[in-house]
Amino acid sequence: MSLIQTIKTAIASLGANKLRAGLALLGIVIGVTAVITLMSIGRGTTEQITGIIQGLGTNLLFVQPEGEGQLTLGDANALVDPVYAPTVLASAPEIRTFATLVAGRENTNAQVVGVTPVYLTARNLDLASGMFIKSQHVDNRDEVIVLGSNVAEQLFQNRDPVGEYVRVNARRYRVIGLLESQGGGGFGTFDTQVLIPITTAYYRLSGERTLTGDVAVSLINVQVRDLEDIDRSIEETSGVLRLRHRITEEDDFTVISQQSTIETLEETTNTLVVFLGIIAGISLLVGGIGIMNIMLVSVTERTREIGIRKAMGAKRRDILFQFVAEATALSIGGGLLGAAFGYWMTNAVDGQTLGTQTFNTSFSNEFAALALIVSAGIGLFFGIYPAVRASRLHPIDALRYE
Amino acid sequence: MTENHDNVIELEDVTKVYQMGEIEVNALAGVSLTIRRGELTVIMGPSGSGKSTMMNIIGCLDVPTSGRYILDGEDVGKLSDDRLAGIRNRKVGFVFQTYNLLPRLSALTNVELPLLYGNGRTRRERSLEALAKVGLADRVHHKPVELSGGQQQRVGIARALVKDPAILLADEPTGNLDTTSSQEIMWIIQELNRQSGITVVIVTHEHDIAAHAARVVTMLDGKILEDSRQEPVLVPEPGLT
Repeated sequence: MSLIQTIKTAIASLGANKLRAGLALLGIVIGVTAVITLMSIGRGTTEQITGIIQGLGTNLLFVQPEGEGQLTLGDANALVDPVYAPTVLASAPEIRTFATLVAGRENTNAQVVGVTPVYLTARNLDLASGMFIKSQHVDNRDEVIVLGSNVAEQLFQNRDPVGEYVRVNARRYRVIGLLESQGGGGFGTFDTQVLIPITTAYYRLSGERTLTGDVAVSLINVQVRDLEDIDRSIEETSGVLRLRHRITEEDDFTVISQQSTIETLEETTNTLVVFLGIIAGISLLVGGIGIMNIMLVSVTERTREIGIRKAMGAKRRDILFQFVAEATALSIGGGLLGAAFGYWMTNAVDGQTLGTQTFNTSFSNEFAALALIVSAGIGLFFGIYPAVRASRLHPIDALRYE
Repeated sequence: MTENHDNVIELEDVTKVYQMGEIEVNALAGVSLTIRRGELTVIMGPSGSGKSTMMNIIGCLDVPTSGRYILDGEDVGKLSDDRLAGIRNRKVGFVFQTYNLLPRLSALTNVELPLLYGNGRTRRERSLEALAKVGLADRVHHKPVELSGGQQQRVGIARALVKDPAILLADEPTGNLDTTSSQEIMWIIQELNRQSGITVVIVTHEHDIAAHAARVVTMLDGKILEDSRQEPVLVPEPGLT
């Protein structure tokens, strides 16, 4: 029997029992919709996070101590060196701790970051009011503070906090500035952080001390003059620090570029996307079992038809193809409907909020193609067993079947 | 290829043994039968006589346990299932007691069925022609449920004829029909045999059906009891509707 004739026969047979075919189809539709929607949400979330990181500026390197190593203010200053590190524009060290902030009867927990004046430009921050931390604040270990927008709102509601005082670990800090809100509400935002002079952070809040008496820092943000020089900057930064730390073997620090952070993150989140796809794929599998069930019932019901066809000269493969074609037509039909429905769901879910989480989705034709191929494969896989059973029926027994 | 082209069916010492659990059943215990081209033969016998097994073997639905079977010049005794399917498609036209039409399909599509499994060019024309031969030219788009029993059996005959088979094999073709419809069916079969020279084998246990055949083979206990020739009773032409 020709392929076209086989497909025609398959579709006609399915049409003879529309409710049953529709229910079997539904299983695949739900599976494919779930796969596409979940994968789109996963991909959308990845893009959102990557976007936030890219917003921080890709021309940054992060230097962190590793193992027993320590980084100091001296290290940070040494990185701005036109001879040894010409590609470095600025070096902004920081110390991070958590503290409870109190203002009047309000209090809140926030991440406290000890910084130097150059931090403002290195991290691309904007002031909403007041001023940023100045060199003399750092030199004098002044107890001054710049608030992130959420922190300010929690402590002072809508009042301008500049000139007010905030207690951090029982000491009074004068608010000198307020950061512009960054929005976004995710990971790494300064809205929920406060900034103080790095020396103040070291002497008042940090427990870490150095043998040399220099100020230990938790991270150095290195701003690179030109994005294209990023690899050279990594080399130069490492070179300067190796000299200062007198390193001959293994580095006691690591230099991470923003780009490599993004790459690592993308690897992780891609795994997440695949994982979500597999979980949703289970429902597709269940849909496939539904098809197999229907096909087995169909083979039993149509035993006599199979007998008649065989008596008329149908070969094993004619019967096999007929039933495989039915199962595959079901699964491909379900896959197409599911892809359309998944596309619709992806758009419907985009930007919706569930609790505090806003969904970001990113539909991709690859997902649709993948889901279609998988559902076709499932139809084939689960259709083969019933079809083989049908094709092996003996014509005499099949004709006698009541 | 065979010696004598005038012989359509040549069975030589054919046996068929079924295994029913522990017991072996000798459904056919050495049958030899030759049917010439253009004969109208009736195979008779009580149930259990082996006539159904005989029909299955003649129709290539089953293969003999031993012995030789040559159908239209081809030795089909030991062919694979798929080769047998091919032989059935080309050489055998089946007419069943219960018509065995596919209920979802129209008369025309039912008749087209054997052509689907072979080289199926000019399917439509050949099917329409076959339906016209059995007087159903005006009912081609009816489904089986919309047709009377006699009409359904005529569709069955059209389906059996559509590939110009070497033999028309009818298993109790009138078993489910009233007298009038039976007469119609027997008239069509006799006409096909007499006018178009089609070789016909009818399996039945009804003596008045056997009366219309030129040759009656009677079976008992897996053997041929009697093989007689007679002057067939001609069926009067009915007004086919």
